[in-house]
Amino acid sequence: MDMKVAKKLGLKDRYNLMTRDLAWTPTYQAVKDVYPYVEYEGIKIHDWDKFEDPFRMTMDAYWKYQAEKERKLYAIIDAFNQNNGHLGVTDARYINTLKLFLTGVTPLEYMAHRGFAHVGRAFPGAGPRVACLMQSLDEIRHAQTQIHSLSNYNRFYNGFQNWRHQHDRVWYLSVPKSFFDDAITSGPFEFMIAIGFAFEYVLTNLLFVPFISGAAYNGDMGAMAFGFSAQSDESRHMTLGLEIIKFILEQDPDNLPIVQRWIDKWFWRGYRVLTLVAMMMDYMLPKRVMSWKEAWEIYAEQNGGALFADLARYGIRVPKGWKQACDDKDHLSHQAWNVFYNYGAAAPFHTWCPGEKDMDWLSAKYPESFDRYYRPLWQHYAAEAKEGRRFYNTTLPMLCQTCQIPMFFTEPGDPSKICYRESTYHGMKYHFCSDGCKEIFDNEPQKYVQSWLPVHQIYQGHCFPPDADPTKPDFNPLAEVLRWYRIEFGRDNLDYEGSPDKKNFDAWHELAKGN
Amino acid sequence: MSNVFIAFQRNEETRGIVDAILADNPTATVNEQPAMVKVDVPDQLVIRRATIEEQIGRAFDLQELHVNLITLSGHIDETDDEFTLSWKH
Amino acid sequence: MQIDLRTVSITPLRQTYDHIAARLGGDKAASRYVEATMDVQANANFHYRPTWDPAHEIFDPARTRITMRDWYAFRDPRQLYYGTYTQSRARLQENAEADFDFVESRGLAEAYDDSARRLALDFYLPLRHVAWGANMNGASMCAYGYGTAITQPCLYQGMDQLGIAQYVTRLGLALGQLGDLEAAKHAWLAAPAWQPLRRYVEDTFVVKDWFELFVAQNAALDGLLYPLAYTEVENALTAKAGPLVAMLTRFQSEWFEDTSKWVDACLRIAAAENATNRAQLVQWLGTWRGRALEALGPVAQLALGDKGDAALQRCTAQFDARLAKAGLGA
Repeated sequence: MDMKVAKKLGLKDRYNLMTRDLAWTPTYQAVKDVYPYVEYEGIKIHDWDKFEDPFRMTMDAYWKYQAEKERKLYAIIDAFNQNNGHLGVTDARYINTLKLFLTGVTPLEYMAHRGFAHVGRAFPGAGPRVACLMQSLDEIRHAQTQIHSLSNYNRFYNGFQNWRHQHDRVWYLSVPKSFFDDAITSGPFEFMIAIGFAFEYVLTNLLFVPFISGAAYNGDMGAMAFGFSAQSDESRHMTLGLEIIKFILEQDPDNLPIVQRWIDKWFWRGYRVLTLVAMMMDYMLPKRVMSWKEAWEIYAEQNGGALFADLARYGIRVPKGWKQACDDKDHLSHQAWNVFYNYGAAAPFHTWCPGEKDMDWLSAKYPESFDRYYRPLWQHYAAEAKEGRRFYNTTLPMLCQTCQIPMFFTEPGDPSKICYRESTYHGMKYHFCSDGCKEIFDNEPQKYVQSWLPVHQIYQGHCFPPDADPTKPDFNPLAEVLRWYRIEFGRDNLDYEGSPDKKNFDAWHELAKGN
Repeated sequence: MSNVFIAFQRNEETRGIVDAILADNPTATVNEQPAMVKVDVPDQLVIRRATIEEQIGRAFDLQELHVNLITLSGHIDETDDEFTLSWKH
Repeated sequence: MQIDLRTVSITPLRQTYDHIAARLGGDKAASRYVEATMDVQANANFHYRPTWDPAHEIFDPARTRITMRDWYAFRDPRQLYYGTYTQSRARLQENAEADFDFVESRGLAEAYDDSARRLALDFYLPLRHVAWGANMNGASMCAYGYGTAITQPCLYQGMDQLGIAQYVTRLGLALGQLGDLEAAKHAWLAAPAWQPLRRYVEDTFVVKDWFELFVAQNAALDGLLYPLAYTEVENALTAKAGPLVAMLTRFQSEWFEDTSKWVDACLRIAAAENATNRAQLVQWLGTWRGRALEALGPVAQLALGDKGDAALQRCTAQFDARLAKAGLGA
């Protein structure tokens, strides 16, 4: 600690004076009025002081070390910008992963910032509060460093420029948006299990290692720099997630079933969001780091396995969807990329068929599944494209009511059959991609019926620009939706081949090398 | 028995930190990547301030680890002098 | 000799993000503050209502009576985004650290006049709890406020206050002992002189309108407390026993100057937006300013004796001058 204070006091006691000792129990206002949100979830906390803060960081140390990290990071971003660093990437296909990141992930960092501010205020305990509020600060750091790092890509490539507008409207972006909306609208304890534990501890490496290593492997120093810099904050976040779950479980045995239910729910919702990462790793990185299957085996099966073995002493078991997620590792990325290939006209990033070398890699990494189920699909698409019939699906997909992903997932154990589940609530039928999503709905139907499903909204006519005129003879609803999405047709969407991104990247490379 | 690990950005500042970890944890294995260095140890990993100070030749506050830290696993215990990661199964 | 550095120049497709260009009136290079702040918060198509507040959306302008056509009118004059925020505070921290080092390494605290020491400990240490309350309120404003332009600096303000609570704790340990911190906490909880202030702070904890909370905490309370503590009382101590306490509270003084610019800007912008806002702000200020003065009266007296009233009047005049400049004069 940077506090050179009464050297007799140990780190723990000094930190106690700097945090817990500052707090007191209010008497002029009722405690339940000052902290109105801590009881309704049914979690019982008897002694908030039992929370252990592993990183005993005071604000002065926070400012000092974070400022140092910021100075270093922005120096790299500036150097990257000055040097046209974007030309150093392996191939401009890579840049589409960054579009996915800015539109899909960066807004979630901001939601985490606001969510942790709320939870930090909501908790009466000084220890968790300070940790949550520091995390709130860290999360706006992440949102802003990402906006800044990717700003330079925005100057030269298409698909970054409307990230805010698109996160709130475009069909596949409601997947991450609804994920975090779900977390922030839940109670503070559920938020901590959802984000602090399930997302920031169990699943975080599956999001960040692929993106950051992907950046490093593909010559993207800018994204790599912010990735590594953000990761040092993540270790504090992971620690908070782990400590909070231990604390909650140790406070009262009645908390166990509630926490287990949340672990089941949030593992599944988080796993579903990671679909986008799976396809990114296997299909979008010109130079791949590892396959989704390999990443799942290391970060979920091994690391997650060690974690749940450790938590078994509290009575926690592995999340309900665990086995299915493990079984699906051979199929997830292929099925997902197929959907984005299909809907390549409706997304503000480019898609493409894997080439021969790509398919050889996929074959080697997925010996059980690729050649049997997916190579024929890509060969078919490639043949069609060669004949001038590059396939674009113009029918809107059915979305899962819970995770909001198009219903492309297949039955556990049978990759030739689409998985359909349904529930009826107040006389209306709702559709789900899996048992996991159905169960989440069935536990809280009043919540999930509120979902703003992009496809439903399109069919209800809510996704047209104000000047759209359905009475016109040449009215093209899909084109109007794209206008509403602020996707410029032929510039932001469609195949990578023939895209302005590709033309520009190639031309700029010639310029940089030639005379 | 499971590994705990810690990973740092690979640069001049972390060279001494990693050397100190290896000196204090005989069962450690190192994985070096272009931009990252990861140290795995079965069950428990200890980082000692005094050892780092010997390596780098100046006073070191364990909280400085944050500047170059990428990720870690295991339960954390921190004092002024030692930073420990461990799993209890 | 002139050196001409050249890099390969390629023409960018655009200078900034479309929503930023829309705000700038055209596609121009945007500052980091602008790119990191404007329109960053979601404002449409939320999927679910908060189970903890089903009457509102996740982010909802209706959580305050203040109305704005554009919540991003609240530009921070300091242009603090996370990077500039931490670097700014790190500079203040370096100064503060150097001063604590100076005092500690020369044993200046041991040599300090004992009656000044007693006064300083009795007056300043309970303020660490006031600052803790300010931290809670900053978190509230950030959580329930609307628009990144104002919610972002509200969190920075709240975390600054945590830092201040910690600096005041260090002041206590530099000048006194653990027992002094305990005594100060006891005074905070039970001594008559501190109860109106504690009641004020606890009453802010249940204010539902986050802009009213901004007025109660950042404007009224801090606007009067900081000049009292870090000008009036500090000057009195310096006159009596030298600048030791001033050295150990340097962060607070520099911080208050910095943050007042932002607080004043927010009041000015909200007041200028429409007559209803102005009237609402005047009403809130009337209430909370009055209560803050009542609460600080006994505390000023504790530190300054019969000079306390005059000191508080000077602080009030200073505060009222700020309000007048913000268009909120009586």
